[in-house]
Amino acid sequence: MSGIKTVFRSLRGEGALIAYVMGGDPDIETTERVVGALVAGGADIIELGIPFSDPIADGRSIQEAAVRSLAAGTRPADVLKLVSRIKKAHDVPIAVMTYYNILYSPGLDGFLAEAKGAGVDGLIIPDLPLDETAEYSKLAIKHGLDTILLAAPTTSPERMRLLVKHSTGFLYLVSLLGVTGARSQLGEDTLRLVRSAKRQTRGKIPLGVGFGISKPEHVRAVIGAGADAAIVGSSIVNMVASGNGTDAMLNEVESYVRSLKAATKSRRAAQT
Amino acid sequence: MGKPRVIAETGAGQHGVATAMACAVLGLKAEVYMGSEDIERQKLNVFRMHLLGAKVHSVDSGSKTLKDAINEALRDWVTNLEETYYIIGSVVGPHPYPVIVRDFQSVIGREVKRQMKRREGSLPDAIVACVGGGSNAMGSFHPFVRDGSVKLFGVEAGGTGRGRSAATLVEGRPGVLHGMLTYLLQDGDGQVLPTESISAGLDYPGVGPEHSFLNDSGRATYVSATDEEAVSAFHLLSKKEGIIPALESAHAVAYAVKLAGKMKRDESVVVTLSGRGDKDVQIIAKRAGLEI
Repeated sequence: MSGIKTVFRSLRGEGALIAYVMGGDPDIETTERVVGALVAGGADIIELGIPFSDPIADGRSIQEAAVRSLAAGTRPADVLKLVSRIKKAHDVPIAVMTYYNILYSPGLDGFLAEAKGAGVDGLIIPDLPLDETAEYSKLAIKHGLDTILLAAPTTSPERMRLLVKHSTGFLYLVSLLGVTGARSQLGEDTLRLVRSAKRQTRGKIPLGVGFGISKPEHVRAVIGAGADAAIVGSSIVNMVASGNGTDAMLNEVESYVRSLKAATKSRRAAQT
Repeated sequence: MGKPRVIAETGAGQHGVATAMACAVLGLKAEVYMGSEDIERQKLNVFRMHLLGAKVHSVDSGSKTLKDAINEALRDWVTNLEETYYIIGSVVGPHPYPVIVRDFQSVIGREVKRQMKRREGSLPDAIVACVGGGSNAMGSFHPFVRDGSVKLFGVEAGGTGRGRSAATLVEGRPGVLHGMLTYLLQDGDGQVLPTESISAGLDYPGVGPEHSFLNDSGRATYVSATDEEAVSAFHLLSKKEGIIPALESAHAVAYAVKLAGKMKRDESVVVTLSGRGDKDVQIIAKRAGLEI
């Protein structure tokens, strides 16, 4: 069983918190310490970005993180080496988030083998549509990596069925029309979307909800609406960006994640 | 579709102007994404878009050119999908855009075919067109793809030399960008490389996927012309034919001149001029050290 699946199995009556950080922003050493803070704060799964020159699914925060990481000379191999170090230090599943050319350009099979070798548990590739996943899915299964596919508010029920069928680990539900980035409000539309997606995924695959989630009350709301995981990224990236690698920043990240994690434990309360 | 808002990206500004014009006639709201470097070097078209009532968004990310304008337009589109239609300006992007744009641009090739039959009574021996994303070239080539006697040449931007160009098919290898699998200028890790060209419209690290196909099948041949060669061709066509070509199109002219030298006297070459050079007069003047 994959590390990601194990996490969802072990969480009873609470949601998982998936915390994102961009690998190499502003350098690999800082990312390693930030991951330590995320784990200490209670993150159940780490989503680790490999920077790409053209991150079309990302808003300003993560775009700028990619620019900083690439400017520091971060290469995909550096992020994979970081994964090995994280796996030695912490018992936490890691999903790598990047764009398809990072896999395709060096060769899909070889890249996936290296990712697996480093200890990666699954991959999130926002610019790879379902229709083009055949080869990727086949090779990911061969290497024992989870294929975390994405569904959007515009996804039809027929397509949703196929996404459920071809996703492993969890299904990533994009909570709104748009790109990544912290939003101050979480709309009623999003909660309706989560409830509807949950009806289609229940008993088949865990449902993770991301994009725009930045506050404990957002986490509480999506978990209360039935999500199995809440995914938080840009607001953590913003703290890293303004924190300059200091211990104060690490403390801020840790206590922020702790507040988000606490909000995942409110499922029963929210449902009654 | 009932969508009241239209977005587009533009490099040299031609597609932005065309979109703004159509939206003005139809009473639609037009917003155009353009790299800040391109806004600087194609001011005339930016002003045209303003005159036509369009809003121009300056894109400051990445290389600040066409690629980044497309990134930003795609981000806008996924955010405002319900009320917005995205008109892509070249034969690039996710399916079915390359097909839609090719079919519309094919009016060029159909017209070439008709005129050649009427005036020469035959098909041309060669067609030459510039390639950035490659829409005017694809429109020129497409009606001739099955006419094996017609040689097809796409001319990419050679910039200031190898490694400092936008010659995707000449120097790149397959990759995935903007929802398409196509040749890309990229490093060994798959990061898209910065491009360089005097012409904003060719300054793009990808190329329409159908051009990649025609390249691999051998049906079309892709070459490059440098900034220097394009500028010479710009002057040559202006002086000899009284036509001031866009700097993009001047790349095609540059190669056509070379090609014609190797052809027989009774053979014919068609060169597609994708745009007029009015917008580039300032760049040419500046290069000659003149203020206008």
